[in-house]
Amino acid sequence: MSVRTLPLLFLNLGGEMLYILDQRLRAQNIPGDKARRDEWTEVDRKRVLNDIISTMFNRKFMEELFKPQELYSKKALRTVYDRLAHASIMRLNQASMDKLYDLMTMALKYQVLLCPRPKDVLLVTFNHLDAIKGFIQDSPALLHLVDETFRQLLEIYGGLPAGEFHLIRQTLLAFFQDLHIRVSIFLKDRVQNSNGRFVLPVSGPVPWGIEVPGLIRMFNTKGEEVKRVEFQHSGNYVAAPKEGSFELYGDRVLKLGTNMYSVNRPVETHMSGPSNNLASQTQQSIAPPNPLAKEELNFLARLMGGMEIKKPGGPEPGFQLNLFTTDEEEEQAALSRPEELSYEVVNIQAIQDQQRNKELARIMGEFEITDQPRWSASKGDDLLAMMDEL
Amino acid sequence: MVAADSEGRKDPGVRMFRRERSIPLRGSAAALCNNLSVLQLPVRNLTHFGVVHGPSAQLLSAAPEGVPLAQRQLHAKEGAGVSPALITQVHWCVLPFRVLLVLTSHRGIQVYESDGSVMVYWHALDSGDASPVQAMFARGIACSGHFICVGTWSGRVLVFDIPAKGPNIVLSEELAAHPTSITDIASEPAQGQDCMADMVTADDSGLLCVWQSGPKFKLSTRIPGFGVPCTSVQLWQGTVAAGYGNGQVRLYETSTGILHVQINAHARAICALDLAPEVGKLLSAAEDTFVHMWKLSRSPESGHIEVEHCHGECVPDTQVCGARFCDPSGRSFAVTGYDLAEILRFSSV
Repeated sequence: MSVRTLPLLFLNLGGEMLYILDQRLRAQNIPGDKARRDEWTEVDRKRVLNDIISTMFNRKFMEELFKPQELYSKKALRTVYDRLAHASIMRLNQASMDKLYDLMTMALKYQVLLCPRPKDVLLVTFNHLDAIKGFIQDSPALLHLVDETFRQLLEIYGGLPAGEFHLIRQTLLAFFQDLHIRVSIFLKDRVQNSNGRFVLPVSGPVPWGIEVPGLIRMFNTKGEEVKRVEFQHSGNYVAAPKEGSFELYGDRVLKLGTNMYSVNRPVETHMSGPSNNLASQTQQSIAPPNPLAKEELNFLARLMGGMEIKKPGGPEPGFQLNLFTTDEEEEQAALSRPEELSYEVVNIQAIQDQQRNKELARIMGEFEITDQPRWSASKGDDLLAMMDEL
Repeated sequence: MVAADSEGRKDPGVRMFRRERSIPLRGSAAALCNNLSVLQLPVRNLTHFGVVHGPSAQLLSAAPEGVPLAQRQLHAKEGAGVSPALITQVHWCVLPFRVLLVLTSHRGIQVYESDGSVMVYWHALDSGDASPVQAMFARGIACSGHFICVGTWSGRVLVFDIPAKGPNIVLSEELAAHPTSITDIASEPAQGQDCMADMVTADDSGLLCVWQSGPKFKLSTRIPGFGVPCTSVQLWQGTVAAGYGNGQVRLYETSTGILHVQINAHARAICALDLAPEVGKLLSAAEDTFVHMWKLSRSPESGHIEVEHCHGECVPDTQVCGARFCDPSGRSFAVTGYDLAEILRFSSV
């Protein structure tokens, strides 16, 4: 598979994560002067997003990310997002983190599947980056970092031939194969069927560079058209209006990858796994048994070693964010979560004894997320201190 | 399921198709091109199907009504690398004295007896001068005479000499005419009197090369691309049928390389083409959820190739990734789709 897929996967999933967290934090927003100590304010929200974005776009981290490499498993990638989500004062329990990752993944699967051309996955990435820049308008240093990543994307992907993008698309779709989690907002918008499969429309504009189907042209030896026949096509296509911009700034035209959540369309809690048929279980039955392979652990150590976690000034409690509106919903989700979707914390006993992996074991040890409404100040400090030492 | 049929004088016998019973798969089909291989065994009243899932491929045999009889899973042979090796294609090669099953992956080429029971040959891909940004893989499988030809990521086509029986397969030649990765290869027995078979290779840039097979393969015609990958290719009576990433099907004369027909067939990249050579029927399938059937013929006046549309089938909400005729007269065909754990079957009423 393509060895240039990871940056696209990571940045787009990261973008979706930020959309969801932003919307969730807004939903729990309390005006600053009225907020109690354990409630979220606008200032807190901006700070969380800032912290996560600055961790995501850290130079060393980006350097590792952009190295040509094969895609790692969903489990390995999930570990990176666990850490990213905790790059701030925000805390998510296991159930909320599970749900967050499922939402991110299904959203990106939808976007990749519906990309008109394979190259348009780049436009989807640009949509995410444009929105990320919107979150950090008042931080010129951060904006600069994001722009650097933009330029790197343009440099690497801007000149790639169509065949390479086909391979990238196939690689991404292989990553998302057999995921059929039903997402409320998709079901409501009728972009997903009740069996978890996405709707593929057969009407609307054709992709840029493709002709509307329905015409047969025949030529003689001189290259002159001698006959023209139309055939019936049950799709209802029209010509593409214009091409999206692949520049640093511009109208992307494509809506995939823009923020679909808003105050009026909140991140909903109802999600269910795939229906209990043979097909949905095949992914697990065919794949070899998992603990993370040695190479994956090395990759994680390298990648997360490049993550700089900012330590907030002075002792401060961590704030719990819940992706569920009620405790009952959360319990229900945990109970009904299909077995094959459980993202257990990595079994560190499987790690061979290596210097690098001792470090990783330390990172992993932090991910025991307990169900506490608030960290005590000292506990929060210890955690952050550990992350800082890497 | 939506069917659309063209107007015009047509053989009414093949106008309408109905959906037959699907054949369940153990694993869903991967989003690859040409992701369905069919081996027709009319004498034994059996049809074999081959579908790639990812690190494994599934072979199954079915009776005429689609009743599955036996199945087997093959895995890509592991080699050095981070993630499990992924299979790119599985394809049956019908040679003069035997039938072999070829499986291509990111590590190499595996050749089996036709039922997949025994691996008779393994060829590991040579990294050669691959740069770290290039993914290595083998892709594109066809047989010509007693040779099996397999394409690679670099554009090289490996030609293997196959003995009448036994595992003594030898790499006899490497064809180096393509600048980018091979996407598909097709062949058919030659029309001339010298009994040389013709073969066409296609790549990511859309370039097509027509070859004359033999102890040494000879490049006879080069058909330049136009910046769009040619994802699937077929050969029929001196005509190359090529499907492209822009949804077009183009028909060229093999001897001259001249374009005679251009069809705006699909709204997304074409993923598979297949031919029923006895009747000159062409099947095209694409990511736009549509499968179309075309009738190829020669114009009585000019002698050039012509085409007319026979039938269109929409497979709702399915990104089709493979399509094949299931019988020589083109009366039935099978389809696979990304994420779909079944083989869809259609036959004419």
